[in-house]
Amino acid sequence: MSNVPGDLKYSSDHEWVRLQDDGSAVVGITDHAQGALGDLVFVEAPEVGSVVASGDAFGVVESVKAASDLLSPVGGEVLEVNSALDDTPEMVNTDPYGDGWLVRMQPSDASELDSLMDAAAYEQFLEDVD
Amino acid sequence: MSEKLIFEHSRSGRRASAQAPLAETAVDLPAKFLRGSPPLLPEVSELQTVRHYTRLSQKNFSIDTHFYPLGSCTMKYNPRACNQLAMLPGFLSRHPLGPESHGQGFLSCMFELQEMLRGVTGMRAVSLTPMAGAQGEFAGVAMIRAYHQARDDNDRNEILVPDAAHGTNPATATMCGYSVREIPTGKDGDVDLEALKAAVGPHTAGIMLTNPSTVGVFDRKIREMSRIVHDAGGLLYYDGANLNAILGKVAPGDMGFDVIHMNLHKTFSTPHGGGGPGSGAVGVGDRLKEFLPLPVVGKEGDRYRWLDEKDLPQSIGRLSAFMGNAGVLLRAYVYIRLLGREGMERVSENATLGANYLMKRLQDAGFTLAYPERRASHELIVTLQKEKNELGVTAMDFAKCLLDHGFHAPTTYFPLLVPECLLIEPTESEAKEDLDGFVEAMIAIREQAKADPEKVKGAPYTLPVRRLDDVRAARQLDLRWQPDTQD
Repeated sequence: MSNVPGDLKYSSDHEWVRLQDDGSAVVGITDHAQGALGDLVFVEAPEVGSVVASGDAFGVVESVKAASDLLSPVGGEVLEVNSALDDTPEMVNTDPYGDGWLVRMQPSDASELDSLMDAAAYEQFLEDVD
Repeated sequence: MSEKLIFEHSRSGRRASAQAPLAETAVDLPAKFLRGSPPLLPEVSELQTVRHYTRLSQKNFSIDTHFYPLGSCTMKYNPRACNQLAMLPGFLSRHPLGPESHGQGFLSCMFELQEMLRGVTGMRAVSLTPMAGAQGEFAGVAMIRAYHQARDDNDRNEILVPDAAHGTNPATATMCGYSVREIPTGKDGDVDLEALKAAVGPHTAGIMLTNPSTVGVFDRKIREMSRIVHDAGGLLYYDGANLNAILGKVAPGDMGFDVIHMNLHKTFSTPHGGGGPGSGAVGVGDRLKEFLPLPVVGKEGDRYRWLDEKDLPQSIGRLSAFMGNAGVLLRAYVYIRLLGREGMERVSENATLGANYLMKRLQDAGFTLAYPERRASHELIVTLQKEKNELGVTAMDFAKCLLDHGFHAPTTYFPLLVPECLLIEPTESEAKEDLDGFVEAMIAIREQAKADPEKVKGAPYTLPVRRLDDVRAARQLDLRWQPDTQD
């Protein structure tokens, strides 16, 4: 069973969102997603300052098996990207909810987060897709 | 044991005298085009060279030595007669710039090949010029683009691609300047029609499809899909990767497709693998025939000639210096002539029979099919999710272990929408005993995984190299041998 922390929000594209105290949102891919992709060899992050809508492709994760678009779980501006992943993309595999985070965003409409799943709903979602 | 690189056999001053360059070579090239230092070539004897490449060839897993069920790639046997006839002196010595009157035999073969491919695909016209499948795809979508532009229909900026498509399809669309919109596949393996209806519109330039699809089933709603896309003003592109399943049975032109690329190196049995040379001939319906890439061979009375820009002023242009890979085209021509109309049907019948036999035997042996309610086309998908959950061995472990059993691995982890999958395509030319042997190997690997999963995870054991580190290979590119990096 993959790890699904209770304090995060989840998208149906297997991304997680953590709302910070300052109103920004950190985004990554879930433990399930990294497991399905296998060993990551490349992460292409969006440019800092770019503005994306919810559902837009804003990056790519590439593993030995496949390359997948990253779809933004919320709309907003990209504040920061995890540049450590350029050299160590494997951190997404080893620590998907911690050092393997992908981008930090400023949501343009924080209420969009309400449409994401909570941990219980995401766990149910994982069971249904299996 | 691993074989050294040819460069590592090199010793300064060693020569194969038969191949050595003449000391005094008359070169009247301008000095500025001459290189200042000699190229880094290996200095080896003739015997060392012969042994090196003979040893390498003996390590090869090839269609001539092993069952090679690489799904979605149709690795089929290349009959020796095709090679023999394509290498007749008249063909081998023909210069591509020679006058048409000196190459009427060759041109007649190419004209007939165009006609035969036109017949088997149900299209209106064929160009043989694309050099490989990817170039054929590019030519096909470039023609779709030229068609819309010629009609001043310039808002069409999207190509639809099912999520099960070959990765080359979205890549081709992007190379032709289109954005890609993905259409989901339904649980039964057919394209989700409701999602297609919702996606088409004034921005739709076309849809790229493979039928049978990469999930190994024939999409039953193809006529309706064709109507939906055409009603929206888009065109239908047929990826010929899976043409082997339907040869002589159903033609893409009759399904409503406007353009098709054929991989002659897959379906028509020309040598394949190791990067070519291939052939991605394209066929088109009425809407696109003015845009075919050049040259095409035309016939006037009993004479053949090259058609050029004067004949097809709206052509998307030329894709190679001459006309594709002539030797490959000749091999495909001979293959088709050897089979004839009836033989063509036997190809698809035996290919689908082999795939369905494998599917039934694997299912009876307890393996999980991705689409158990569907009949296989020429290939089938097994999902090893259960084996991964229960035994801890993955599709990749099975694939590596199959090598030790003397079988080339099927395609792994494609299509992406089926977890832990093997995409298996036996082709028409395998004997029943070889198909049985493959099933027995799959069963033996599963038994081994139950008894000792670590053993399976360590495979292969019998090959020149063990499990390759594909992560390191992707992260640390080191592709060029350099003498100063060697000790």
